[in-house]
Amino acid sequence: MEEKIRMANTPKPKKVLVIGSGPIIIGQAAEFDYAGAQACKSLREEGVITVLVNSNPATIMTDEGIADIVYIEPLTIEVIERIIAREKPDGLLPTMGGQTGLNLAVQLAEHGILDKYGVRLLGTPLSTIQKAEDRDLFKRLLIEIGEPVPPSRTVGTIEKAKEVAKELGLPLVVRPAFTLGGTGGGFIRHADELERMVSYGLSSSPIHQVLLEKSLEGWKEIEYEVMRDGADNCIIICNMENLDPMGVHTGDSIVVAPSQTLTDKEYQMLRTASIHIIRELGVEGGCNVQYALAPNKNVISGIETNIDYVGNPVSQYYVIEVNPRVSRSSALASKATGYPIARVSAKIAVGKRLDEIPNAVTKRTVAAFEPALDYCVVKIPRWPFDKFASGDRTLGTQMKSTGEVMAIDRSFEAAFQKAVRSLDIGEKSLLWEAPEWKNIQENILYNLPLHANDLRIWAIMAALRKGATPMSISLYTKIDPWFINRLNNILKMQERLLQEPLTHDLMWQAKRFGFSDEQIGVLADRLPEAVRTQRKEWGIKPVYKMVDTCAAEFVAETPYFYSTYEQENEAPPLPGRKAIVIGSGPIRIGQGIEFDYCSVHAAWAFQEENTQSILVNSNPETVSTDFDTSTRLYFEPLDEESIRDIIDNESSNPADLSEIGSAVQFGGQTAINLSQVLAKNNLTILGSSAEAIDTASDRGKFEGFLTRLGIPMPPGAAIRTAPDAIKVAAAIGYPVLVRPSYVLGGRAMEVVNNDAELSQYVNAAISAGLDRAILVDKYLLGKEIDVDAVSDGESVLIPGIMEHIERAGVHSGDAMTIYPGIGLTNEEVNIIVDYTERIGRELKIKGLMNVQAIVVRNPGQSSQVFIIEVNPRASRTIPFISKLTDAPMVRIASKVMLGKTLKEQGYKSGLLKRQGLIGIKAPVFSMSKLGGVDTYLGPEMKSTGEVMGIDYTYQGALTKALIAAGLMLPEKGGILISIADRDKDESIPIIKKIAEHGYKLYATEGTANMLQQNGLTPTMVTKKLHEGHPNVVDVIRNVMVHAVINTVSGGRTTLKDGFEIRRAAAEMRIPCYTSLDTARVAIESLSAGRTEYNVLRRTEYLNGSAK
Amino acid sequence: MPEHKARLVLEDGSSFEGFSFGAETTTYGEVVFNTSMTGYQEMLTDPSYSGQIVVPTYPIIGNYGINAYGTESRSIQVKGFVIRDECAMPSHSDSEGTVDTFLKSQKVPGLCGVDTRAITRRLRVSGVMMGVLTSQMSAPEALKFLKSQPRYDDIDFVKLVTTDKPFDWDNSDGKTKVVVMDFGTKYNILRILKSKGCAVRVVPATTSSADVLALKPDGVLLSPGPGDPALLENIRQNVLTVARAKPTLGICLGHQLIAWAFGGKTYKLKFGHRGGNHPVKDMTSGLVHITAQNHGYAVDADGLPSSLAVSHINLNDNTVEGMVHKTLPLMTIQYHAEASPGPRDNMYIFDKFLEMVKSGNGVK
Repeated sequence: MEEKIRMANTPKPKKVLVIGSGPIIIGQAAEFDYAGAQACKSLREEGVITVLVNSNPATIMTDEGIADIVYIEPLTIEVIERIIAREKPDGLLPTMGGQTGLNLAVQLAEHGILDKYGVRLLGTPLSTIQKAEDRDLFKRLLIEIGEPVPPSRTVGTIEKAKEVAKELGLPLVVRPAFTLGGTGGGFIRHADELERMVSYGLSSSPIHQVLLEKSLEGWKEIEYEVMRDGADNCIIICNMENLDPMGVHTGDSIVVAPSQTLTDKEYQMLRTASIHIIRELGVEGGCNVQYALAPNKNVISGIETNIDYVGNPVSQYYVIEVNPRVSRSSALASKATGYPIARVSAKIAVGKRLDEIPNAVTKRTVAAFEPALDYCVVKIPRWPFDKFASGDRTLGTQMKSTGEVMAIDRSFEAAFQKAVRSLDIGEKSLLWEAPEWKNIQENILYNLPLHANDLRIWAIMAALRKGATPMSISLYTKIDPWFINRLNNILKMQERLLQEPLTHDLMWQAKRFGFSDEQIGVLADRLPEAVRTQRKEWGIKPVYKMVDTCAAEFVAETPYFYSTYEQENEAPPLPGRKAIVIGSGPIRIGQGIEFDYCSVHAAWAFQEENTQSILVNSNPETVSTDFDTSTRLYFEPLDEESIRDIIDNESSNPADLSEIGSAVQFGGQTAINLSQVLAKNNLTILGSSAEAIDTASDRGKFEGFLTRLGIPMPPGAAIRTAPDAIKVAAAIGYPVLVRPSYVLGGRAMEVVNNDAELSQYVNAAISAGLDRAILVDKYLLGKEIDVDAVSDGESVLIPGIMEHIERAGVHSGDAMTIYPGIGLTNEEVNIIVDYTERIGRELKIKGLMNVQAIVVRNPGQSSQVFIIEVNPRASRTIPFISKLTDAPMVRIASKVMLGKTLKEQGYKSGLLKRQGLIGIKAPVFSMSKLGGVDTYLGPEMKSTGEVMGIDYTYQGALTKALIAAGLMLPEKGGILISIADRDKDESIPIIKKIAEHGYKLYATEGTANMLQQNGLTPTMVTKKLHEGHPNVVDVIRNVMVHAVINTVSGGRTTLKDGFEIRRAAAEMRIPCYTSLDTARVAIESLSAGRTEYNVLRRTEYLNGSAK
Repeated sequence: MPEHKARLVLEDGSSFEGFSFGAETTTYGEVVFNTSMTGYQEMLTDPSYSGQIVVPTYPIIGNYGINAYGTESRSIQVKGFVIRDECAMPSHSDSEGTVDTFLKSQKVPGLCGVDTRAITRRLRVSGVMMGVLTSQMSAPEALKFLKSQPRYDDIDFVKLVTTDKPFDWDNSDGKTKVVVMDFGTKYNILRILKSKGCAVRVVPATTSSADVLALKPDGVLLSPGPGDPALLENIRQNVLTVARAKPTLGICLGHQLIAWAFGGKTYKLKFGHRGGNHPVKDMTSGLVHITAQNHGYAVDADGLPSSLAVSHINLNDNTVEGMVHKTLPLMTIQYHAEASPGPRDNMYIFDKFLEMVKSGNGVK
């Protein structure tokens, strides 16, 4: 024990390298921006200089205001070694950048790079990380110290796996070593699944190793967040119980904090085990321990009971996993309790003891204590299946959600219902049922989707509604009866609201169960507004209670609140000038971390202008919901009811609510969608008016507006029926681009080529309940341009122009984007700037706007610029352009919104001078985790995150963007090519270049013929999966090819072609280029040489010139 | 959904309206809050809550029901139980009933549906207060009633909770003979001693020192218990004699009695320490341990006799959490090393005690 206790006598480091987690992918989201940003701030407080490296520009941590020195570079060993060589840090903090950061730190240590440069690994020692991460070592340690582990064996081959299956019996769990979010994991329930599951698992593991383990499906899944300092002091931050029992990845589970169904004996048993484990491991900082605890015997019988330390019966448990770093769970625990885990972990890493660190929340006590919660927290994951209708919605050990929401209340029912509201998935309150469930009357449990899937909570509600007993649902789902009974309480209240007259008492009880005005309106047959009016008449309004880490035992200074229906309000209106920033809710495809970046900057900018910022958000992963980001934080759903309640609460004069303005520009579509309801209620919107927002969003109005300005847009129209659509298409000619008006991340946008496809699209949209118009536009082939601008209504500042590498048709969020528009002529730039300035002025934009345009070049004529859309809000590219041009767009916009003109801020109208650098944004996908989803890039956005390559040269920036995005071709190997007829001619030069590099070419039938005609010698592989081997999928799975180029000719039906190729590539994690443009630049980059790039501070690129 | 309205009226006149559960009678007592998130059954049956109306700050109570092993004394000890939300449908394999039926079975009233955080904040600001829990009286009636009742601070609760007769604990027949002077002990102290190989004999609080020593114990444990130690003059001399003669561990009230016996004093804390998250620093090892606490009085560090040294302090408010005697084998802790409810970080206290018993030497 003695040697594990490293007293705080090691010298405090002077300069510390912090590694970020890179792009947002499933399993690694905004929580690491939150953790990293908090760690950097915490180290700065200790007088330590921080050097931060991350490839993701849409993060707060990559701001120089957070870290002292920022590198936006690919996260590779080579790059980080170059950073270490030039910055000479004396410490490395490995535990803030998720699995990515941890793996890199381990590699740096193992390659001797840390020793070479004298860099000390801070916090948890390397040996501990290795022990916790290596399944075998970990298991051995647990057995040694007497902690129970599920029987398991580690295997590296299929043969060994078969032996283990015989020994342990089925079902088994497959867990690959060293992976993110359980990638490559799964269950083997039947013998015939073994080979597929094991080989997938092995291929997902960087060390080609998987664990086969006795399945504990149906057991309770419990997590503990633990903290230990170098002096061996240990505390628990909080425990959490998964509503979904073992078998569903904890990232995909609904989670409550604290645990609800554990006795004190069970709670303390696992708490004691957690401390035992981190002491033995020697963790220094935050750590997450996961357990399986025997379920209620009424749900699964036959599990033996143990005897505890004083001879009482107690449930069995197994230790499942330890993460010796901050994690998604630690972010959730921090937000659930108010205890800043990353902040304290960083201080421990530089030698502080828990009893030396002040509690930043109470400011009166120290960090050595355990938070006491006096509320219930519910987290619900946000899955991408609203965008990926074809995806496999079943949940298992492979995480599939992109983000999550959290809600806090004094009852489980209310916290749960608020969390559902926070998901921001249209009409899906707990009253929602899928249309096809309506007719299910028999075998209810069997016929409803009650297995683990994203719709399960609604299916449970439907089952209860159809008369299934809570216990029968528990038996079927293994969800503890406590939770089902609580959902049944919600259902009973629904029934009362349907049947009884709406009285004061009934309304009060319904609000205490988390029913929204809208739900009550639906059930009691009134308009939501009437419900609101009535309840205010009755004096029923929410109060706000503080998250204070101590259940009110001590006075706390944290300005962190949640709503509830109780007696006492703890949040009197903030005195003085103030403004609300509406956040963006859960991370989802199309609405990512970039909007959190914007919200945070807005909150800061308001404070700079002596205006107190009030942040509203529901996402526990983010920097925006850190308690010290804004003047006051409301952790609430982002809907009309909660925003209006907050405005009511903040108002010192109920008769005039207009004094409190709301910023709706920064929280993505979620926030901007609230503009119309705010305006309708005469509430103040800061910046661009609701009218301007409506003009930009409403097709008819926007068309009229542009026509008046003489600015062209692609011909097209808004329609509501299929025949109308066909008429429009006939007038403008195919192909046409179709999409609903009021879009988010290009949802349900498609390019269609004929009448049949068009009417199919329109009819599908109408039957899906889209009550807004559908837009049918001419699909123009040209360069797609993205422009972000900030306007005060008079001047319009354009920091830069961005150009897509892929031709129009690929969603802007999925396109590789270059700053500055190096492929544009001066004339084209001038037109774009002119249009942007005029649109900004004429729309009276106050704040941010994003313009998307297409430049069409016609031989012999001057280029034409068409405006596709204008978004009067922050766009996805705001962090990217801000970091490349050094124009703090959100800060400028926020100040404009408070009345400070651009001129007053020192900016002129027009395009900023070009920087002497190139920045390239590349998308990052999480396709290997989403079975059944097509990876083909089109008008519908599919990427979950992005990276930025920045350098003095195009080649340097490109190479780094490709490396960071995992799109770089290996130096040699095989490549599978399958090209649509339409693209064949264009592809020849690209493929020839590939061949020149010595790649072995594999091609499908038609493509192979074409290549042979052009003098190349590809190996032909068949697309027909059932007619002989090797077929296209075999060559991918057997690692014969290292990249795929696959284009299709558009339209839904043809997409089936090549689907298997693209899925196989996704699962094997090799680059799959579905646009020739992307393939072309990847080859260009290969020709230029992989290592020809700079590694410099962001500010050096800005200020310097090519060396 | 409970039907009968009830209220908690505090002596400052504030009133919290909710619904009656448990027995529907009127009760009064000192109103205190506890911040533990689990362990309501242990809390209800902890004799140290005698005379008090307990308000757990965690809002959802009763989730895992009432079981056979969560009981810490022979009956429910609290005078009333005030919560935000009572779980009518508990879920646990070992559950034998609800909190509601448990309270009803022993005629203890409860109040649910109230803003317990508001009550807690009031107690934090104004200090603990007397209060009435009633479904029968209006607020003014309750206040009037309260004035006619004795105050918590004036009542000797030890004599109400201590065992009538000496008894041996649960067939404990280990080699080390420990006598527990029962001022309101929790069973878990006895369970732990048994599990560590002790033969445990529990004796009434007023047992004379001669009778205790006649049992020839290897060590003596002075148990926790309710109320103001200043009222227990009759016990002090016994405690002093026993502690001078035998290796002794004092816990909570036992710790406070040692202070008094050796010439120290206690004082009343504004709102006490009740919960499972208090950080206590062991001055010997320098380590911080998370502790279970339940006390309204504390030993005054300033008035300590020179024979006693502070061994543990509370990091939240620097109050005395433990003492050692400079020469005698005598150690005390203010908090509940026995957990139940609460964290088990402090089992080492029992090990230290038993080492001390074995060696007969004082704590170094």
